[in-house]
Amino acid sequence: MRETTWNGEQPQNGRASRGYLEAKGFWAWAYTLDHKRIGVMYLYTTLFFFLAGGVFALLIRIKLMFPGQHLFTNQTYNVLFTMHGALMIFLFVIPAIPSGLGNFFIPLHIGARDVAFPRINLMSYWVFVAGIVVILFSLVRPMDTGWTFYTPYSARTAADVTTLSFGIFLIGMSSILTGLNFLVTIHKLRAPGMTWHRMPLFIWSMYATSIIQVLATPVVGITFLLLAMERVLGVGFFDPAKGGDPILFQHFFWFYSHPVVYVMILPAMGIISEIVPAFSRKPIFGYKAIAYSSLAIAVFGFFVWGHHMFVTGMSGTAAILFSLLTYSVAIPTAIKVFNWIATMYRGSITFESPMLYALTFIFLFVIGGLTGMYLGALGADIHVHDTYFIVAHFHYTMVGGTVMGLLAGLHYWFPKMTGRMLSEKMGRPAWLLIFIGFNVTFFTQFILGFEGMPRRYAEYPAQYQALNILSTVGSWILATGILIMFANFVRGLFRGALAPPNPWKALSLEWETGSPPPTENFEEIPTVADWPYGYAGRQT
Amino acid sequence: MKEHDSGIRTYIVVWGALVVLTVVTVAVSYVHLGMLNVVVALLVASVKASLVALFFMHLRYENRLVWGFALTPLFFLVLIVVGTLSDTLFR
Repeated sequence: MRETTWNGEQPQNGRASRGYLEAKGFWAWAYTLDHKRIGVMYLYTTLFFFLAGGVFALLIRIKLMFPGQHLFTNQTYNVLFTMHGALMIFLFVIPAIPSGLGNFFIPLHIGARDVAFPRINLMSYWVFVAGIVVILFSLVRPMDTGWTFYTPYSARTAADVTTLSFGIFLIGMSSILTGLNFLVTIHKLRAPGMTWHRMPLFIWSMYATSIIQVLATPVVGITFLLLAMERVLGVGFFDPAKGGDPILFQHFFWFYSHPVVYVMILPAMGIISEIVPAFSRKPIFGYKAIAYSSLAIAVFGFFVWGHHMFVTGMSGTAAILFSLLTYSVAIPTAIKVFNWIATMYRGSITFESPMLYALTFIFLFVIGGLTGMYLGALGADIHVHDTYFIVAHFHYTMVGGTVMGLLAGLHYWFPKMTGRMLSEKMGRPAWLLIFIGFNVTFFTQFILGFEGMPRRYAEYPAQYQALNILSTVGSWILATGILIMFANFVRGLFRGALAPPNPWKALSLEWETGSPPPTENFEEIPTVADWPYGYAGRQT
Repeated sequence: MKEHDSGIRTYIVVWGALVVLTVVTVAVSYVHLGMLNVVVALLVASVKASLVALFFMHLRYENRLVWGFALTPLFFLVLIVVGTLSDTLFR
């Protein structure tokens, strides 16, 4: 077992060592090349859009408490659910873990002083901000197409599709730069002795994520360019009236947008693979299986995009092919879940907030994943396609999966990032409310969908009202939990107890340096002699 | 990366080849070959892209890791084409 070797400044006389946070002022952040500061800027930005997207969600839920038109117009409703989807996906779920926590922790995890290309890293952040500015400009004539931009409607609507898609083009550019940077960093900057099979599993999952970011994102960028050419220059790529094929747009779009769900989920899985052994005090079970299953998910994820198109006019042959292929992704995912549970088996489990969120991830993601199997089956998919069943399914994977993984990571690494501890007294009730609120909100939507309530419609028949009210009440419970959690973050930032270098007694390299880490990360680059999961727990 | 001695001459020869191939593309577009027009245009474009990658981008002098990264996207290009054809050819 490795011991903490940090000999730097320790908290003294109630004054924390501020490490990388020492330099103050706008320019110290805006011009920084420090991966930790860039990660923190990404976190603040993405969490802001998490809250903004959440407000849209609450408005949608309030509207859906009653059938019929009220509160706002159907057009406003269309804009709200489009902006909820687009902001949450492109400005929060995709970048939050890779660009936020990934930026902060990849160099710390592999024993490096920074990422391979610090200037490209800073550029990726400012390109991201430029994308946000362009997206905000598009709100002059806000989008009403849903976050998927399906043609032919998106080629014809008066809403400002071109500006929004250009904004997302820039966000994609930033995502590619980040992925490229991480690939090179992981290949080239590992500390002496850190072989591939001694890397933390978070690094394996971030490596797989980066592959997808670099390979898939250009496709959606080009697709949005084609859409813009169709709208601005009248070139007929997708509009059948001009000799185009609207389903071609869906092929291009999902060739990116299906792999990108693994950009969202893989980093979260990496975080779970760090937290589960640390809070079970046991070596991770099946290290190589978890590591290689990340790569398998990244590769298989590219083969299944057609399952989004079973009822949109794709050929039957392709539908059968994609249905079969879809099941292949379930295998590496199941391998991971099995290994996490096997890690916990007979471990000395403690239930601090990071572990509570990690367990929630496993529980909810299994529901999300298994309902995905329903949807991969052709016959079942035709019944529930475009109903609330889909909405529930992807919220179980994206919120139950990615967001819970992010929250687990934020609670786990908060002491490292800020040098202060969070309050468990606030953290646990917040977690309970989030857990209950999430399930009340979205499990009801599985039932609504199975009963046939279509998604995206502003209105619905009165028979669905009871469950809709329940779902809306659930969204309030969820929002309350999230507010308490953020209050805990703010309180922790200013008044939290000073954090020791390694509050969780975890073994990966980031815990060997100070909390918060100094700008150069390590006084001396560590030499690695073992994997980071040598916990002295009971072996199976 | 090992040192290489491709002087300015190599670049000029490659540039010349690229110009010639561009002329070929334009010339062929005036000859009516049916579907073959697309095939020829894509072939010429592929050769040109390969020349740029090999010489201007120095791929020829790189190690296997870089080659691996350079060739991987081709697999995904084939994938998107085959996957989309499985739809359009069988509608």
